[in-house]
Amino acid sequence: MSRIGAKFDELRAKNEKPLIAYIMAGDPSLEDTGRLVLELEASGADIIELGVPFSDPMADGPVIQRAAERALVRGVTLHSVIALVKKLREKTSIPLILMTYYNPVLKYGEDGFAADAAEAGVDGIIVPDLIADEADSLIAACRPKGIDTIFLLAPTSTPERVEIVAKASRGFLYYVTITGITGSALVTEMGMRERIREIGAIAGLPVALGFGIATPDDAAWAASVSDGVIVGSAIVKKIAANDDMKSFVSSLKEAMRQPQ
Amino acid sequence: MRLPDSKGHFGVYGGRYVPETLMPALIELEEFYLRLKGDKSFKAEMDSLFANYVGRPTPLYFASRLTKELGGAKIYLKREDLCHTGAHKINNALAQAVMARRMGKRRLIAETGAGQHGVATATGAAVCGLSCDVYMGSDDVKRQALNVFRMKLLGARVIEVSIGSRTLKDAINEALRDWTANVRDTHYVLGTAFGPHPYPAMVRDFQSIIGREAKKQILKAENRLPDLLIACVGGGSNSIGLFHAFLEEHSVGMIGVEAGGSGIETGRHAARFAGGSLGVLQGAKSYLLQSDDGNVLDTHSVSAGLDYASVGPEHAYLRDSGRIEYTWAVDSEALEAFGLLARTEGIIPALESAHAVAEAVKRAPAMGKNEIMIVNLSGRGDKDVQQVAEMEITP
Repeated sequence: MSRIGAKFDELRAKNEKPLIAYIMAGDPSLEDTGRLVLELEASGADIIELGVPFSDPMADGPVIQRAAERALVRGVTLHSVIALVKKLREKTSIPLILMTYYNPVLKYGEDGFAADAAEAGVDGIIVPDLIADEADSLIAACRPKGIDTIFLLAPTSTPERVEIVAKASRGFLYYVTITGITGSALVTEMGMRERIREIGAIAGLPVALGFGIATPDDAAWAASVSDGVIVGSAIVKKIAANDDMKSFVSSLKEAMRQPQ
Repeated sequence: MRLPDSKGHFGVYGGRYVPETLMPALIELEEFYLRLKGDKSFKAEMDSLFANYVGRPTPLYFASRLTKELGGAKIYLKREDLCHTGAHKINNALAQAVMARRMGKRRLIAETGAGQHGVATATGAAVCGLSCDVYMGSDDVKRQALNVFRMKLLGARVIEVSIGSRTLKDAINEALRDWTANVRDTHYVLGTAFGPHPYPAMVRDFQSIIGREAKKQILKAENRLPDLLIACVGGGSNSIGLFHAFLEEHSVGMIGVEAGGSGIETGRHAARFAGGSLGVLQGAKSYLLQSDDGNVLDTHSVSAGLDYASVGPEHAYLRDSGRIEYTWAVDSEALEAFGLLARTEGIIPALESAHAVAEAVKRAPAMGKNEIMIVNLSGRGDKDVQQVAEMEITP
C-alpha cells in the first residue's frame, strides 16, 4: 500500500480524516516551498499536494493562476519540483502528491516522469486536465512504480463516469464540490454525504472533497460528509499575503476533529 | 476510414483533455450533435439561414488580373469574405447558436482574438434570442476596439481577460472556466476546429460547406477539379472547411499556410508544424509550440487570427499522413499579398487570408496556365485596415 492509503487507514483507526493541503511549488520560491511543507505538516496537514506551475491552468481560479505565474517567473519546472521532493524526503515522510497539468508530463515523457518521481519519493499524481479515458499510458507508467493515480469526479458526473473514474483511480478519489474552478465559493449541497458514500462503495476507495473549502466551518462540514478534506486556494492566498498560514491550517484541522 | 474515432481521435491526435466536470457536457453535446446531423428540420433551418441571412453560396471568383500578374495557374478565390459579418466564422457560430437553442441552452459564451468569432457568435445569439458573453484578452480589447463595439451593439457582453499573455489563449482558458462553472445552462461556442471532442469534428462539419460549394462551382466553371487548394491555418477551420470535400480526390493538392511571423529562425511566429512538437493544450493533443518544460510559448503574427500556439488535431493527422502540405508565410509576405490583392482585384483581404494569397504568389508562376488553384479568401480586411495604416506601410 502507498503512503497515501496508509495515511487514510492510520487516521481512520484514530477516528480522524486527513487534511490535504495544496500549495504551489515555487511560490514564492522552491526554498520557501520546502520550508512550507514542513510547516504545514507541523500545523496538522496530513497529506501535501504540490502544484506544478503551468502556463495555461484551465481548471484553476485566479489565486492559483497568479501563484503559478509567480513560480514560472522563477523558472520552476516539473524537473525542479521533483528535485525538491527528493530533498524533502531527507526530512519528512508525509505523503506527497504532485498536481500537474498533463502537458509538462507528456513533454517530460510519462515513463521517465514516473521513474524519476517515484525515485524522488512522490506518492501520487493528480492531473486536472486528464480524464481517465485518456490516461492509459500514464497509468501504465505510474502503477508499476507505486505512484497513485488520483482522478477527479464532479457533481455532474453520471454513473457511467463514476465507474470509469473509479477503475482508473488509486489512493483516493478527488470529488470536486462544485461545478467550477479552484477557489470558487462553496455550495454545501444536500445529499452530498449519500452521494459520496455511494461513490466510495463503487470505487472501494476513500473520497476526499476539494474546491471551495476556505474556512474552518467549510472544513468541518466537508469532514462530516467525506473521507478527507482538500484545501488549496485559501492556503495559497495566506502565503501570498504573508498571513499566518500555520494557525490557519491548525484551525482547519481542529475544526475537522469536532464531532459533527 | 471515417475520422475521428468515437473518442475524438484523429490517429494519435485529438481526444478530450479537460477537467472531469466538463465530460457530461461534452458527451451531451456529442450525442445531441450526432442526432442533429441527420435531422431534416435542422438542415432545413440551416439551409434557409445560410441562403437568406449569411448570403450563401459565396461566389467562386476567377481572379483574372491576379492570374495575369503572376503569369501561371488560373487563380480562383472562394469569397468567404462576402459572408454576413465578414468572414467564414459565421458558418460555425450560427450553426452552434441554432444547435444551442435547440438544446434548450439560454446563454452562449465564446472566446475571441481579433474579434471576428466574437462578432459572429454575438450575431448568432442575437438572431436566436440567446444571451452572449465573449471573453477577450485585454491586449486584444485595446487593439480591436471596433469589434468590441460591434459585439456590444449586437447585445453581447465583452469580458476582458487580464491574466497570462492577455490574448486568445487566455480568453479560451477563461471561457473553459466559465463553461466548467455554468455547464447546465450555457453552451460554449468554440470558434475553430480545435479543443476537446466533439468540437474539431463538429466545427469541420459546419465549415465543410465551403468546400462542397467550391467543388460544385469549379466543376461548373471549368468542368474539372482544381489542381491545388490553398488556405491559411490558425486553429484550422477555414482550411479544413475548404479541404474536407476534396480529401478523397487524390489529384487535388492542398497547402495549409501558417503564420511565419518575423521568421521561423527568430522564434517569433505561430508555425506549429515548423517549430512545434506533440503536446496537449486546451482540450486537444496536437502539434504545440512549447518550451522544453512543456509550458506553452508565446506566439507572434501580424494576423491575430493565426496567432495561436497549437493547431487543429485533424490537420496534425493530415500532415503526418502526407495528404496536406503545410508551409508558412512571414508577416512581410502577407502584407505584400494584402496590398497586391487590393490593387489587382479591388479586394482587401483579411490579414489571415493574405497568408494564403502570399502562398499563391509563390506557387502560381511555377504552374502551367491550364492548371487551376482555389485560394480560400476566409475573411475581409476591413478590420485590419487601421492596423496596417498604423504600421505606416504602403503595401
